[in-house]
Amino acid sequence: MMDAKEIIARKVASMLKDGDFVNLGIGIPTLVPNYLPAGVEVIFQSENGMVMAGPSPEPGKEDPNLTNAGGQPVTIQPGGAFFDSATSFMFIRGGHVDFTVLGALEVDEKGNLSNWIVPGKMVPGMGGAMDLVAGAKKVVVAMTHTQKGAHKILKACSLPYTAVHEVDYIVTEMGFMVVTDDGIVLKEYNPEYTIEQIQEATGCKLIIDKDIKPMAL
Amino acid sequence: MRNKIITKEEASKLFKDGMTIMTGGFLCVGTSDVGTAAIVESGAKNLTIISNDGGLPTKGNGLPIASGQVSHLIASHIGLNKMVGQKLNAGEIKVTLVPQGTLAEKIRAGGAGLGGILTPTGFGTIVQSGGDMTGEPKKVIKVQGKDYLLEEKLHADVAVLRGAIVDEIGNVYYDKTARNFNQVMAFAADIVIVGADKIVKRGEMNPNDVMTPSVLVDYIIKEGN
Repeated sequence: MMDAKEIIARKVASMLKDGDFVNLGIGIPTLVPNYLPAGVEVIFQSENGMVMAGPSPEPGKEDPNLTNAGGQPVTIQPGGAFFDSATSFMFIRGGHVDFTVLGALEVDEKGNLSNWIVPGKMVPGMGGAMDLVAGAKKVVVAMTHTQKGAHKILKACSLPYTAVHEVDYIVTEMGFMVVTDDGIVLKEYNPEYTIEQIQEATGCKLIIDKDIKPMAL
Repeated sequence: MRNKIITKEEASKLFKDGMTIMTGGFLCVGTSDVGTAAIVESGAKNLTIISNDGGLPTKGNGLPIASGQVSHLIASHIGLNKMVGQKLNAGEIKVTLVPQGTLAEKIRAGGAGLGGILTPTGFGTIVQSGGDMTGEPKKVIKVQGKDYLLEEKLHADVAVLRGAIVDEIGNVYYDKTARNFNQVMAFAADIVIVGADKIVKRGEMNPNDVMTPSVLVDYIIKEGN
């Protein structure tokens, strides 16, 4: 059985097309490049100022002036470019990024996202997340379906929002969901779970797509 | 032309109590080591630092924060410097969290003669209402049917930047992802100090490679001093 992270990363990778311009958040989203089909070249944006960000360098080849938005050493692909922070967020806020893929603490049936603060407990700051979610053409939440059994997909987020009405897709190890005006539609399910189990792990009523199909695993 | 190259000690005399200082860099990539050391050496207190983040505990912004010189940090992220959280809990520092793209634009506005900018980022969140360390409540302005927050400009007394190659009159070339906030901050402060990894003669840089023109730069310090 594939682990949850791999299932999620594989599904997100399958959503991307050749030439798409994509920003990946920390955690599970960083695994997405490992599962892109052959022949699909996705252009990765890093909000600290780079397009065509590449994989980690070989040990010993790290460049202190070449890192990703988490401060980790990376490489740049042939054909890439560097720019300053104001320009970087012109890409992001200006609607030039096709997909932003990021994790969530909570997401709700109105497409609201909470992923940057637990007041009084975890206050790291929003970094670039609010701009990414407000500005990218499509917002993909890639996360485990629950937090040790506790619901993360809710009727209404309880934590402060990152952005309102911006989430388009939710990908978890249990299924693939689309946020619509009517609520969250379950389009694909992991056949290791029943629809009832997926509903039980969800804090709002899922709309079951009439053409629902198993996730390609 | 006036000599702009100064020592760390000379630079340290430029920082005064109560000043607002912008520091370039992203998690210390592109932050001047010699410049942040000069802030510490100045002993200046009650400083406001405007920067992408809180630096690291023993590097960049972390240095003047650790020494207790910073009373207010305006940044998008403080998660990688636990000391900032500790000082916050101890009531020793005030932090204002600003979305990263909004921070870049507030600084750009300050350097471009604009009063502020209108952004959709943060609409409907506590950034709009001014909750949980996000500053003052923001005015909402509707433009062509869409809601935007009015985010006011930021300006500083001093900007501390870092360039990979700087010529002796102050033209700056930044290396790779070390450019980040440096380029936009060069416009937004009364005094601009650049830490230079390498200093070259006037005329040695290709004008096409100049990312911050020399007219914006007041002082140059060699990194590694």
